[in-house]
Amino acid sequence: MDWGTLHTFIGGVNKHSTSIGKVWITVIFIFRVMILVVAAQEVWGDEQEDFVCNTLQPGCKNVCYDHFFPVSHIRLWALQLIFVSTPALLVAMHVTYHRHETMRKFRRGEKRNEFKDIEDIKSQKVRIEGSLWWTYTCSIFFRIIFEACFMYVFYFLYNGYHLPWVLKCGINPCPNLVDCFISRPTEKTVFTIFMISASVICMLLNVAKLCYLLLKVCFRRAKRAKAQRSQPNHSHKESKQNEVNELISDSGQNAITGFPS
Amino acid sequence: MSWMFLRDLLSGVNQYSTGIGRIWLAVVFIFRLLVYMVAAEHVWKDEQKEFECNIRQPGCENVCFDYFFPVSQVRLWALQLIMVSTPSLLVVLHVAYREGREQRHRKKLYASPGVMDGGLWYTYLFSLIVKISFEIGFLVLFYKLYGGFSVPYLVKCALKPCPNTVDCFISKPTEKSIFILFLVLTSCLCILLNCTELSFLVFKSTVKCFVQQHPKRFKSSLCECHNLRYDDCGRIGGPLLFRNLNSDSTISPVQQAEAKLLCFTRANGIPKGGPRATECSGQDSN
Repeated sequence: MDWGTLHTFIGGVNKHSTSIGKVWITVIFIFRVMILVVAAQEVWGDEQEDFVCNTLQPGCKNVCYDHFFPVSHIRLWALQLIFVSTPALLVAMHVTYHRHETMRKFRRGEKRNEFKDIEDIKSQKVRIEGSLWWTYTCSIFFRIIFEACFMYVFYFLYNGYHLPWVLKCGINPCPNLVDCFISRPTEKTVFTIFMISASVICMLLNVAKLCYLLLKVCFRRAKRAKAQRSQPNHSHKESKQNEVNELISDSGQNAITGFPS
Repeated sequence: MSWMFLRDLLSGVNQYSTGIGRIWLAVVFIFRLLVYMVAAEHVWKDEQKEFECNIRQPGCENVCFDYFFPVSQVRLWALQLIMVSTPSLLVVLHVAYREGREQRHRKKLYASPGVMDGGLWYTYLFSLIVKISFEIGFLVLFYKLYGGFSVPYLVKCALKPCPNTVDCFISKPTEKSIFILFLVLTSCLCILLNCTELSFLVFKSTVKCFVQQHPKRFKSSLCECHNLRYDDCGRIGGPLLFRNLNSDSTISPVQQAEAKLLCFTRANGIPKGGPRATECSGQDSN
């Protein structure tokens, strides 16, 4: 079980995403997951071993390390990536449910004129409208929230995005204020800034996607309102009359036969 | 043999699960298995090497570590994941047994081997109960073994060969506490999902049985299911239809025809009891 499995999950959502969504998935997997796996693990691999304090007092190093790094950078990034990717699963679940319902209706004989067979339903790309639009919009909204939250937690926990080369620690059992040295602080700072930038780009992509979806809906509604205004009453009255006529003829037929045709 | 094997096994369970079961699977895969593998395992990587006691007496650290961590938290987590995932395989085995039986007798014995009815329903229920028991069992074990769900930064140890009470320092206690809390929360979420699924299945089955046992009580309401108000099932005619139609009604001609057929068959004593009753609400039996 590794990032490949997450890639399989999220990749399936790709088919139903907008083009901005596809760019977002690419950025996530190439610039964040791959960088995390390939580079960050090597850089942070020996973080506690090479964290050295200027004292021989046993336990001082452990306590100081725990105080300055309550959660390791790479663990926070891994959690961030998992949380940010999961709203996409909501969309995948909704699409699966929607397909399942369409197949059920097809089997009952309701959508025979729209689809040729079950395989046609499975292969058709689902349009982002109706309740799926709401699910998709909510998933993007939650993604933005999670990204922002994790970036804030990062900033709050480490007092910024820069790692110093020396920290002063005076917590028990350290006998006095001791100097503690972090391993590879510059390299870690570079990667931290890289990951934060990728995070910001993903957040901007999500915001752009959200705006695009909202604008699309507004345009669609405006178009519909315009079309209705140009032919206001006639179409509505005509359709009502047609409905009534159909029902008269239908009930008349069934009254004769006693069974539906 | 690795976690991929478990993942592949569990993926097969997906097709025989209910909707809540699929959500449970997604939670287990993503929030438990994936988090364990990419993050949690590494936090406990050097736990004994980094466990430090304020003493130079050889053997003291080993003894104290063994006393405070009889089983490492991360190993207990892995065991929990395995034990909690495997009851789902009972369902897969039962379906395979059904398919094997059909092949042996060379005829169709079940409507579909994967549909949850009869024995498979009981197997599914049993697997849910076992899952819930394992989850609760492991949470209780965690609590009893480590005296809670948080990891202290300092423990006092006075076991032989330590000469007196020494301070021993645990590495990364805050990070470990955060991940254990995460484990507890996801466990509770999974317990909740399993309990919901269990109640839903039992409730659905009770309603179905009740409806099947008392079909006559539901005779008049069958027609109402289709939002048509008939004075008497036998009397169907044009004027009645229009009287009941209003601008909000969205009754399709197919539904109307179905309702008429239903009322016709009921009026003529043709038994079309239970299944039609459940179809009234427009939902499938599973």
